[in-house]
Amino acid sequence: MKSHYQLAIIGAGPAGMAAAAEAAAFGAASVVFDEQPAPGGQIYRAVETPAAVDRAVFGPDYWHGSKLTKTLRDSGADYVPGATVWQVSPTREIGVTVDGSAMLLTADQVIVATGALERPFPVPGWTLPSVMTAGSAQVLLKSAALAADGAVFAGTGPLLYLVVWQYLQAGVAVKAVLDTTPRSNYFRAARHLAGALRAPQYLIKGIQLLRGINKAGVPLIRGVTDLRMLGEDAVSAVEYQRGGDWQRIEADQVFLHQGVVPNVNLSYSIGCGHTWNEAQLCWQAITDLWGESTVEGIAIAGDGAGINGALAAEHQGRIAGLGALYRIGTIGAHERDRRAAPARAGLTAERRIRPFLETLYRPVKCFRVPPHDETVVCRCEEVNVTAIRKAVAVGCVGPNQLKSFSRCGMGPCQGRLCGLTVSELIADLTDLPVSEIGYYRLRPPIKPLLLEELAELQAPAAME
Amino acid sequence: MFTKVGDGDRDLVKVIFEDKEIMAPPGQSVAAVLLAEGIRSCRETPVSGEPRGPYCMMGICFECLVVIDGEPNQQACMRTVREGMLIKRQHGVAQIGPDAKAESDPAE
Amino acid sequence: MVRTADAVVIGGGIHGCSCAVHLARRGISVVVVEKDYVARHASGVNAGGVRRLGRALPEIPLSVAAMGLWHNIGELVDDDCEFVPSAQVRVAENEDEARALEERVRLVRDAGFDHEVVIGPEELRELLPAVSPHCVGGMVVSDDGHANPYRTTMAFKRKAELLGVRILEQVCVLGIDRRQGTWRIETSADPLQTPVLINCAGAWGDHIAAMLGEPVPLRAYAPMLMITARMPFFVKPVVGAQGRTLSLKQFANGTVLIGGGVRGNAVRNTNTASLELGGLAGNARTAAQILPTMRGARIVRCWGGIEGYMPDGIPVIGPSQQEGAFHAFGFSAHGFQLGPIVGSIIADLVTTGVTEYPIGPFRIDRFDSSPQRQSNALT
Repeated sequence: MKSHYQLAIIGAGPAGMAAAAEAAAFGAASVVFDEQPAPGGQIYRAVETPAAVDRAVFGPDYWHGSKLTKTLRDSGADYVPGATVWQVSPTREIGVTVDGSAMLLTADQVIVATGALERPFPVPGWTLPSVMTAGSAQVLLKSAALAADGAVFAGTGPLLYLVVWQYLQAGVAVKAVLDTTPRSNYFRAARHLAGALRAPQYLIKGIQLLRGINKAGVPLIRGVTDLRMLGEDAVSAVEYQRGGDWQRIEADQVFLHQGVVPNVNLSYSIGCGHTWNEAQLCWQAITDLWGESTVEGIAIAGDGAGINGALAAEHQGRIAGLGALYRIGTIGAHERDRRAAPARAGLTAERRIRPFLETLYRPVKCFRVPPHDETVVCRCEEVNVTAIRKAVAVGCVGPNQLKSFSRCGMGPCQGRLCGLTVSELIADLTDLPVSEIGYYRLRPPIKPLLLEELAELQAPAAME
Repeated sequence: MFTKVGDGDRDLVKVIFEDKEIMAPPGQSVAAVLLAEGIRSCRETPVSGEPRGPYCMMGICFECLVVIDGEPNQQACMRTVREGMLIKRQHGVAQIGPDAKAESDPAE
Repeated sequence: MVRTADAVVIGGGIHGCSCAVHLARRGISVVVVEKDYVARHASGVNAGGVRRLGRALPEIPLSVAAMGLWHNIGELVDDDCEFVPSAQVRVAENEDEARALEERVRLVRDAGFDHEVVIGPEELRELLPAVSPHCVGGMVVSDDGHANPYRTTMAFKRKAELLGVRILEQVCVLGIDRRQGTWRIETSADPLQTPVLINCAGAWGDHIAAMLGEPVPLRAYAPMLMITARMPFFVKPVVGAQGRTLSLKQFANGTVLIGGGVRGNAVRNTNTASLELGGLAGNARTAAQILPTMRGARIVRCWGGIEGYMPDGIPVIGPSQQEGAFHAFGFSAHGFQLGPIVGSIIADLVTTGVTEYPIGPFRIDRFDSSPQRQSNALT
């Protein structure tokens, strides 16, 4: 690793890998930092060394990732796995920990490709052991060939159905799918059907997934309007409300999911401008045509700048990579535009399905703004809805004040699992738009940093 | 309860969770290995002491904190198992400092 | 034009809100204007230290009086402000530092105050078992403490409102003009009219002072703080160091706050406080060297608040050279503890024209021909 790079890319998912490939093609001195032990991001997790499971389980979309990881490996960029980037300053000073030691380096350009995370799903009992996310089920399947027999899946969104389908392909029994997609979403989504039909592959895939789930005889319970997880030391049952009645299913494993949202911790901590995306119900970094954020020299590529999916992320990575090369001075405007053209066309095509998906799988309010007093919002500091209501009642005007009032968002996850809920909950309680409530002010380190590492931090000059 | 859906792994490594020996496939995360053993919770929270287990499996939720080779606050989903790794539950507030390490490190 | 209030306070930090409380208690009607929201800057995000320990000599009488109010803070603002009485200790790491502390305590005693006490190595270890073996002694104040700064400032705000004070948030002062004994304050909302104007604008205090024709060499910085994940209890007093910048305290929830005034950069017009990693690393080193247990602490968050510093490190408190105007700003990163008393002093000045406290050293005109003023003008 060097103390200075022309381009530093944070994240080795589709966007980061594609950006690295572009940069390396022009010989720019580049580095890719990624927290996982192998490239691929969450979507192509463990694609180089998949668990010993029948290839068909994951489907061809997954295996597309191995092309990208190979490109990254061959690119000539320094690829640093197991690297936790805990700060990027607006002047592009990067603090990273590898193998337990922290260091600082600098870059002319930075591309943040930190992807997405699953939207919080605050329901009573969601902190019980063995209540996990659908994404975690997929990670365990991809990286460890582990699956939970007889699990209940609950929520909404393409990933939920995909993981259920993958479980079924792997021969694992699924006890039930509790679908929280409100019926009204279907009617609203129908308006976007024409656009979606211009990207029929996604519709066909979706229909195949649902047909597969039906064919396997998994109870698909639609119209679920409320959920709670029950158990003492771990989850033992799920209760759900449908048509006004509560039903109970015994289950020792539950997977929740209601869509993915941009992972904004790094971009916020850099000081990049963000905006509330009402269609996707999330905060996202503001970017220009080349993915550059409001902070000069910092670009955001992939789902971090709004959810568009893995293939779109790849195009965005290329575009951001070309933008960075142009700003470095490696390529001219003409070369940049020419090479970006196919990626732009690809991105446009990938985005056609989004309005349909965003409308159909828009999570219903009661699962975003928890109505039950006892529901834990901040898992780290165990702050529940009642505590937040009380704080707002005595004049707490936003997420940052809430921290002082209640320690909400002050734990090690640094708001990743409560930030969206808190923004929307305060907006609801104060009757103000979420965009006015704002988000946590995030500051480095964006991941807990051992004091010893900080104390022994080497400045770039001393690292040579 | 998680079970293996693929072929069996070879060249297993031995790790110890609390007092239990576990043969684990190399390259896997500590969290995956614990879940495969039927260990559902790995810590108690410092606030109320309630049990928690892995949640996101991608390093963001900090629910799967354990003590590894005497080092507290380790994300089990982000650490890969190694031969001889000593894993302990994290009870409430992580003990830190030289005493905590000596207690759980057999080498000392 | 109709008078808005008997007094208008500019700035909704702890000093502005404290002025409002004390004035309202004396029967004065008050409006507070705040450009952001109450406790947004240094008042809400400081380390929360409530200390007399190591104060600059001119501040000691005020600090001692403030401490009396802190120990009964609930009576003043109907809220405990999470004030926790505790010892504050300043550690000496070598004999030279220990001698300097002895000298300091003698100086303070000569001034008539006996709250600071020198302790030797055994007493230091008794008070602070986790201290590194190389530390040789220290200086202690046994009944200082710490409080929650945001909650405290909000408590002053709520108390002020309860006493009838109007607080206008997100209203920015744009200009000040005096006509026939009345201040006309142009703001981003409606203009305000008042016979009494009080500048509690903190890091922006120089802007208001300049509008009154009293430019001062204030510099804004962002003192930086770090907080750890919860840790087992290992330190009771608030810990500082004689030879280095440090202020470290452990809260009831087990988290440890590390600060002490290492400065990051502040950009006032965008409300941006940026962190300076070298300074934080230095602070971390100091913490780890004085309390080795801290090596294993996990830093979960660092932040900075925008604060105004005066060249001589003490605030501006007292009447303006203009009639009907008063200042209390530029607290140079140690104003939180003084908040409860400064409001009282200003209220006395407004209502009676005098105060029992020696505020001469805090005059606004002290910079007029000082070398700092000259050098500041050049930078």
